Amino acid sequence: MADEILRLENVCKAYNVGLPTETEVLHDIDLSLNHGEFLALMGPSGSGKSTLLNIVGLLDRPTSGRLIIKGQDTAALGDADVTHLRGHTIGFVFQYHLLISAFTAKENVMMPMLADRGFPSAEIEARAGRLLAQVGLQKFADNLANNMSGGQQQRVAVARALAMSPDLVLADEPTGNLDTKSADSVFELMREVNRDSGNSFLLVTHNLDLARRCDRIIEVVDGRIRS
Amino acid sequence: MNRWLPFEWITAVRFLREGRLQTLFIVVGIAIGVAVIVFMSAMLAGLEANFIKRVLTSQPQIQLLAPDQVARPLRQARGEVEDAIVQRPSQRVISIDQWPKIRDQMLAIPEVTAVSPTIVGSVLAIRGDASRAVTLSGIEPESYFKIVKVPDYVVAGEPRLSSEDVIIGIELANNLGATVGDKLNIQVASGANRVLTITGLVDFGNKGANQRTAYAALRTAQSLLGMIGGVTTIDMTVQDIYAAETIAQRIQAANAVEADSWIKTNAQFFTAVRAQETSNTLIRVFVALSVAFGIAAVLIVSVIQRSKDIGILRAMGTSQGQVLRVFLLQGGLLGFVGSLFGAALGATALIYWHAVARQADGSELFPLVLERRLFILTALLATATGLLAATAPAVRAAKLDPVVAIRG
Repeated sequence: MADEILRLENVCKAYNVGLPTETEVLHDIDLSLNHGEFLALMGPSGSGKSTLLNIVGLLDRPTSGRLIIKGQDTAALGDADVTHLRGHTIGFVFQYHLLISAFTAKENVMMPMLADRGFPSAEIEARAGRLLAQVGLQKFADNLANNMSGGQQQRVAVARALAMSPDLVLADEPTGNLDTKSADSVFELMREVNRDSGNSFLLVTHNLDLARRCDRIIEVVDGRIRS
Repeated sequence: MNRWLPFEWITAVRFLREGRLQTLFIVVGIAIGVAVIVFMSAMLAGLEANFIKRVLTSQPQIQLLAPDQVARPLRQARGEVEDAIVQRPSQRVISIDQWPKIRDQMLAIPEVTAVSPTIVGSVLAIRGDASRAVTLSGIEPESYFKIVKVPDYVVAGEPRLSSEDVIIGIELANNLGATVGDKLNIQVASGANRVLTITGLVDFGNKGANQRTAYAALRTAQSLLGMIGGVTTIDMTVQDIYAAETIAQRIQAANAVEADSWIKTNAQFFTAVRAQETSNTLIRVFVALSVAFGIAAVLIVSVIQRSKDIGILRAMGTSQGQVLRVFLLQGGLLGFVGSLFGAALGATALIYWHAVARQADGSELFPLVLERRLFILTALLATATGLLAATAPAVRAAKLDPVVAIRG
């Protein structure tokens, strides 16, 4: 329990609550994730994986149940506290890279730190440089996001997710849009970060080969956890 | 990245820079709107100042007159009025009762800037066989010239008025075939007359005024008009020309005089000035509104286009307040930059129009006044308009659900 970074207790999520069209997409989810654990979340499309990830990432709120991050129950937190917790504890990697096209690779990595501190600094810039080096993209630091390949963009996204040294990285099908070689390389990068830095990872994937290389696999089917 | 710029500023500028074409078009739109406001404000203010200067430097802003003489019906008892037709008596030219005391009271009013006693009467100006009926004003030049800028209108001779001098309108001089240095016989209805020397000719830009005007020293006119020591009007100027009517009413209520302001005596002109001001304000308001809606429309489109970016920013820990400020700043920046270009464009158009547009006599149509205040105010107004216009898009961006935004 003390080593837990994340715990979900009886989490349900329903849309259109109170309306005739009310639909429950997650039913009584119980899940926990330990520090440094690399967990794969699998399941068919529409099973509720992304909804679960959004709830864990504090982008969405559960209809009922408890979400505890680093021992803190998030139900009572206001928007500002949720934003702060998200910024400092969770990093995101999305399927479609989703870098901000107005910024260079390095600036994209700097953004979470900039949003947190308010002003750029040499320290922020140096950290962004180190993270880009860690993902092997130091040479592309000044490239605009759109001037890089999918694999490179996803590596930048991983570097950005690590910018605030989060305890938990949520990756929503980060390799789903990449060719096999790039997908493997991005996955290896995340695994390496997990081993070196001890960040926990929650990886949503359809790729069974990649899932098998994770510490644990959880399968979500029809809004319930099967294993 | 500039180290001294905050996160919101950096993001706002980058978003504007990335959407270059969109930014360029809206900045041009704002610049045109601001240019119209600067051009119209400066030109119309100049025109208005010119008109007002012409009107108010050739007549007093407030004129005190002796009250009308009225006939009162006989009253037989309390509440009873004798059934009789009461005719209005003919109005003799009479002096204002105790005018030196009233003049001193007027000088003590803080809003009053100049006071001058004047005597006005009808006389005949005779030179040889020619004679013309004119209005003779007996004035104290020192105080009167502060109210009616006679020296500014002198086209020949000088504005000098000793006891033997007279200044006349240029048309009157033409009609009498007289010029500076000539003698003029001034005769009143009672038969009294005096020969005065023309020291100056004035052109008020109004043929009627130029035909009828004659100025003599106060004492000379008093003696000619048979009113030794008397004055028929007390002329005044005040600090705020638009407060003249209110001050006149206050004076009339407190003294036994009739007080006429320039607003009352030039009612049509004043209405025209006010109508012009109102239409100018309306045009400015509508231009500002169209600029505001332009900015709002561009930013709303930008929020839609950038919804994924907003989602990412929110996911990485950017607060709603920061997102709000990013879009508010974009509106403010668009307004400010547009106002700079607009001010330059408006000033250029104003300089060009000032050089091209001339009155019939070749003089300038309006004084070219490029006040720093106007530019600063316009820039502030445009920036504030930008911020205000950006409010709705910024709130929309801040309230965007990150899940929906990222999903697109």
